[in-house]
Amino acid sequence: MDYFTQQLINGLVLGSIYGLIAIGYTMVYGIVGMINFAHGDVFMIGGFIALITFLILISLGLTAIPLILLVVLLVSMAITALYGWTIERIAYRPLRHSFRLAPMLSAIGMSFVLTNYSQVAQGARVKPIPPFITGGYTLHESTDGFVIQLSNIQIMVVVITVVLLALFTWLVSRTRLGRDMRACEQDQTMAALLGVDVDRTISMTFVIGAALAAVAGLMYLLYYGTVDFFMGFVAGIKAFTAAVLGGIGSLPGAMLGGLAIGLIETFWSAYFSVGYKDVAAFSILIVVLIFMPTGLLGRPEVEKV
Amino acid sequence: MKAGPGIPSILKTAFVNALIALVLFSLMVGIRTEAGASGQLTYWTRFGELVSLVAAVFGGSIVLELLRQWIGPTGAEKLVPPAVKSGMSFIGRYVAAALLIFTLLVPVIFYNQRYILDLAILVLTYVMLGWGLNVVVGLAGLLDLGYVAFYAVGAYSYGLLATNFGWSFWVCLPLAGILAAFWGVLLGFPVLRLRGDYLAIVTLAFGEIIRLVIINWQELTGGPNGVSGIPRPSFFGIPLDNSDDGLAAKLGIEYSPTHRIVFLFYLILALALLTNWATIRLRRLPIGRAWEALREDEVACRALGINTTTTKLTAFATGAMFGGFAGAFFATRQGFISPESFTFQESALVLAIVVLGGMGSQLGVALSALAMIGGFELFRSLETYRMLVFGMAMVLIMIWRPRGLIGHRAPTVYLTKANAISSDLVKEGHG
Repeated sequence: MDYFTQQLINGLVLGSIYGLIAIGYTMVYGIVGMINFAHGDVFMIGGFIALITFLILISLGLTAIPLILLVVLLVSMAITALYGWTIERIAYRPLRHSFRLAPMLSAIGMSFVLTNYSQVAQGARVKPIPPFITGGYTLHESTDGFVIQLSNIQIMVVVITVVLLALFTWLVSRTRLGRDMRACEQDQTMAALLGVDVDRTISMTFVIGAALAAVAGLMYLLYYGTVDFFMGFVAGIKAFTAAVLGGIGSLPGAMLGGLAIGLIETFWSAYFSVGYKDVAAFSILIVVLIFMPTGLLGRPEVEKV
Repeated sequence: MKAGPGIPSILKTAFVNALIALVLFSLMVGIRTEAGASGQLTYWTRFGELVSLVAAVFGGSIVLELLRQWIGPTGAEKLVPPAVKSGMSFIGRYVAAALLIFTLLVPVIFYNQRYILDLAILVLTYVMLGWGLNVVVGLAGLLDLGYVAFYAVGAYSYGLLATNFGWSFWVCLPLAGILAAFWGVLLGFPVLRLRGDYLAIVTLAFGEIIRLVIINWQELTGGPNGVSGIPRPSFFGIPLDNSDDGLAAKLGIEYSPTHRIVFLFYLILALALLTNWATIRLRRLPIGRAWEALREDEVACRALGINTTTTKLTAFATGAMFGGFAGAFFATRQGFISPESFTFQESALVLAIVVLGGMGSQLGVALSALAMIGGFELFRSLETYRMLVFGMAMVLIMIWRPRGLIGHRAPTVYLTKANAISSDLVKEGHG
């Protein structure tokens, strides 16, 4: 039981990270109707920028950890958001009215560009950082000496995720931008006729998605202590799996799917085998799509002739 | 012609672009991190590279803006004069035949150039993979991002059967195809109800599952170490080596290692042509017509009483079978296979070949395989930049010609005269 609780905590933390990436997928899919294949790599870029900012701040002699974290968070969100904006501008906007495979292939190309760009710019080796946030709480110690640990970093990941989700939900449901986004999702032509700047709204969607991915990248860096140029691919597919599992286009669904994938992966590694954890996650995707093609919270797609 | 924006506006655009580039590259290029000997991260600055990149973006945007003014607005309907049109169709009719004759003569012309022969075999392997995937993507319109899985199934089928049981290549080749087709049907079942992008992501996941199972199932597949010592193919039972039973000795000619390369060349050429022939024939059968109808509109297909289940499954199985053949050939050519050869990059490369060639066009796929693999070879010296260039090329090609090099659709059924139409005019159903 103790082991189970510990894995539950680990799974929820991992799931939070996946959920934040998945929101970027689901938002873009909802509005533009394409899989932003490069989103996993945007997450990776976010991790790299966080790492580099950390290094600079520490070499400047800063020691206050909350201040460092805040600066790193803001810098990596800002620069990664600009990456998201540029990608949309270069690779997707010219193809918005092209046939349906074109943006997808352009996105795959963009994903290769980003992966290899960071390999060329920062080298292929894994980059470790020393643990910043240490310590934690012992929740429970059983008689045979097994300890349930809740580390500070795990608390931080979950807290940041919850705060961001609250902010994001407010943004989508209460602000002008959120209303524009929902309008574009339903009918772009009609939205444009009613005075919504569709191009700008779509750009902002990419910017917000990239900023959330940057936060996920920072949390991944803090939690695992490493980044490398290839981490975006697998994390991206899993986050997309999460988005599909939750019902693509649905924001709470993306978070729910993220948590589900995180838990499945963690429990599979804990009770079965580590080597097959990704196989488990991908098999879930296939099984869900057979029995629930619209995901957990998705709306059924009605096809008109 | 309407006068475009003036010099100040061009400079302003270029300046903004350079500023964006400065922010984008500031940390990623300007600072280089590396783990030191003790695991401690160190960094150093590279402002020279950063400045030159930003300058390149500035100059590039000016050039781009000027080009845009000279060429005029893009997206205008281009009218092709009839003379050019008939000339194009004349070339189109003979270029395939000329290309085939040239390919047949390649081993004769380049007999002493091992490098060119090896490259030609590689190109033909991708031509075959492209034609195989063309059945699924180009004809049936099912976007498959995990095609490499079937390539892997074919390669491992032959590799394992040959090393464990000593079965010959010619027995294993059909088996590899059948096994791959079986896996194709297996993949086909869950994705029957999916459309478009969902289908793409599930096939991608399937490709990754196959690769992960190969890596982890060490007792059977050797895991990351792969399968080595896979036997070379024989000339229908006669080995191509320097022994007394070898083909060279039997024919009474002097043995040369090139014989095997030439044999492999004609083997893959034959396999590729088999793929091409089968595809062309299948297109004329009801099943091929059903595939193309499915691509254009799935709802209409159902309404006409076409069984979409069998149509999709046969498309997957046929495409997978050719992938399996190519895989078996790959295994016998390399003599060694490992999961590293079957990554998502391979799937993306084959898909890029099909789409760049113009989906559904056999000649286009062959030409784009030649261009892609040839281009890859040209950039071989720039090892790490190669995939970067490949990715950029994919994006640029999509922007420039989303329908591929040869993007026209010749109808398979027509009343009096087949009019090939530009595929830009075809709106595909979301099948």
